[in-house]
Amino acid sequence: MIEASDLSKQFNNDFWAVDGVTLSVKPGQILALLGQNGAGKTTTVRMLTALLRPTRGWARVAGFDVAKNPQEVRANVGVLTEQHGLYMRMTGEEYLEFFGEVYGLDPKRRKTRNDYLMEYFGLAQAARRRCGEYSKGMKQKLALARALMHDPSVLLLDEPTSAMDPESARLVRDEIARLRSSQRTIVICTHNLAEAEALADTIAIIYRGKILLNGTLEELKRSVLGPVQYEAKFAENFDTSDLDLPQGAILASRSATSLRFEVETPQIVNPKLVHALTARNAPLVSFQEVPRKLEHVYLKTMADAQGVTYAA
Amino acid sequence: MRRNFRPIWMVARREFLDQVRDWRIIVPMLLLVTLFPFIADDATRQAVNFMNRFGGDLILDRLVPFVVLVIGFFPLSFTLVVALESFVGEKERGTIEPLLSSPLEDRHMYLGKLLVGITTPLVFSFASILIYLILISRRDVEFPSPYMLSLVLLLTFAHAVLMVSSAIVISVQATTVRAANLLASFVVVPVAFLLQGETVLIFWGNEDVLWYAIAGVTLLAGLLIRLGLSHFRREYLLGREIDTLNFKWMGRTFRDRFTGNARSISEWYRREIPITLRQLRRPLMIVFALSVIAVIVSYMWVIRNVPVYLDLTPERVSEIRTFVTENLSNLDSLGERLPAPVLFFNNARTTIVFLLLGLVSFGTLGLTLFLGNIALIGGVLGAADLVGYSPLLAFVVGVLPHGMFELSAVSLATAAMLKVGAQLVTPQPDQSLGETLLISLADWFRIFIGIVLPFLAIASVIEIYVTPVLIKLAFPYL
Repeated sequence: MIEASDLSKQFNNDFWAVDGVTLSVKPGQILALLGQNGAGKTTTVRMLTALLRPTRGWARVAGFDVAKNPQEVRANVGVLTEQHGLYMRMTGEEYLEFFGEVYGLDPKRRKTRNDYLMEYFGLAQAARRRCGEYSKGMKQKLALARALMHDPSVLLLDEPTSAMDPESARLVRDEIARLRSSQRTIVICTHNLAEAEALADTIAIIYRGKILLNGTLEELKRSVLGPVQYEAKFAENFDTSDLDLPQGAILASRSATSLRFEVETPQIVNPKLVHALTARNAPLVSFQEVPRKLEHVYLKTMADAQGVTYAA
Repeated sequence: MRRNFRPIWMVARREFLDQVRDWRIIVPMLLLVTLFPFIADDATRQAVNFMNRFGGDLILDRLVPFVVLVIGFFPLSFTLVVALESFVGEKERGTIEPLLSSPLEDRHMYLGKLLVGITTPLVFSFASILIYLILISRRDVEFPSPYMLSLVLLLTFAHAVLMVSSAIVISVQATTVRAANLLASFVVVPVAFLLQGETVLIFWGNEDVLWYAIAGVTLLAGLLIRLGLSHFRREYLLGREIDTLNFKWMGRTFRDRFTGNARSISEWYRREIPITLRQLRRPLMIVFALSVIAVIVSYMWVIRNVPVYLDLTPERVSEIRTFVTENLSNLDSLGERLPAPVLFFNNARTTIVFLLLGLVSFGTLGLTLFLGNIALIGGVLGAADLVGYSPLLAFVVGVLPHGMFELSAVSLATAAMLKVGAQLVTPQPDQSLGETLLISLADWFRIFIGIVLPFLAIASVIEIYVTPVLIKLAFPYL
């Protein structure tokens, strides 16, 4: 469990890198922290790892206060840092062994975890090679293995799939999903919006140290882009000017071959709409929700924050 | 103990493994370690031949210990790079964050790095010394006694601890390896000077004098380790990406501390100075106690030893009294030869020198110099006693009138300087090393400007215009 309230960090007595961040991530949940470079994501994660002491506010991670019990916080958190941070002259096996020892695992458990993680991430063949000889993706996988070595209840992952090939990225995403199902609390910092969309239960968008938006993907879409829209597409020109829209459907836009509606309760309104269209022998080709990606939400939020117009 | 040593050893072992696998460290070191003893051996041979021609038995006796000391020092200065990049190098390579995110305690990381930082150079130093000793054992030179050799090896060990502990402090504070390497001169050059001083001790003193050098270097190294541990915060390693000197913030921090909450000079004297004085109570007591001891010890030393050295017969005493009378007869014109402002500036400058020495030695060198000056009073009173003047009267009329102000001022400045040193080596929660230094210096300047300078001004006037008159009155026969 991660809870933070008014979490803030000031550097050099004049620059607020993080300013009043409040968030909550429950066990079995993944929070994706999105934002530009320098927005304050890494500083937030470092405070949650008890690496940086908050200037203001508080945070509890795995049941421990980051300011009062930093040691306990660090023992219960697995961190994947922005840079993989491998020791290039150590072998992969030695590297995990070292961190297993640092986290206080007994030799038997170290061996078991080491073997399992190396095997899982497809690094078993390279276990005795020095980290310096690994490819970028292998280094990233080994760094992730290090974060998981002590089987932590909380995971803070900074760009977990960066530099990975699609297969490895998929493997890592599957592992993150598996960890969520085993009730781990996970925070991911990423620029990969598709990944955030696919994995995250909640998403927070951070800009200049402040959280602009925080909620589920649906909540964000609704609050930034408005109610859900559905689009009916016709095979040929079809006159809809005298179409009576059922209660609950609001016309958003119309063209000769399409109609767009905003609908609050699609389960009630959409069947009526389809019925109305087919009753008039509309050459209906498709009737579907207008796709609205996280990317639109993110870019619109950023544009609003910077005071510029967002062109979808 | 075991609970603490295990994580320290873990950090050290990993670092050590990293070093032995880095041929860029190992190969040059092995070359230097094996090559240098042969060069030193040849230099010894030539020096011995030269001395034998002109006769220099003492130098010959001490030549090998001196060369051992130098041979021990060279690998220390080369391998300093290991300690210098211990933290900042990891930071630059991006490997520090996973380590800092682990449950290792700050002191475990620090001491682990320190351990390997000391061990590596020492292994190379002792290996080099061993090769050299094997080489010279074949020659017809005076082999150092086991006692002397132990002292020199101990001194080499103390040098290693001193250099590495300074290098690690630099490594924690620097933000790039380049900056750390540039700062290395501040470690190597002072230790090279120290080595020259120790060489003087080896050639001119007896063996036992080396114990003072060992004690001094060990004390300084201990204080540096304490400083490093006190100010090691994992936050600072990650919080500062670029070296920026924030002069505005520095000026504000210093000014805020210096002025406190006072809105006028009188308020500053009424409210802020007493606060600083209260904080100086303990260092002032230490300074006072040590001053008394220094005066008594030097007085006793003079009484006991000077008659033997100077062969004080009644005739000699009479000669000295005549000399004193002749020199003190022109006390009236002291103000012309030594104007009060000159004396004032000299004393003020000395106080600043105490501070500067104290800053580079956490108070110890400044305190030593201060005690040396104070001991002079005891020495002069002892000398007065020896030639038949009343030491008490000499103190009351010759020291006390201006000393009330001067000694109080210098004692206060020394106490404030001791506090600066103590604060530097004491953990200050939520304060960086720079902030601690600025605040401590602001406190010192509060005392210096608020009390020391006015007191020294008063003292110099009294010393030039009042003390000579009192001496004339007390000793009319002078």
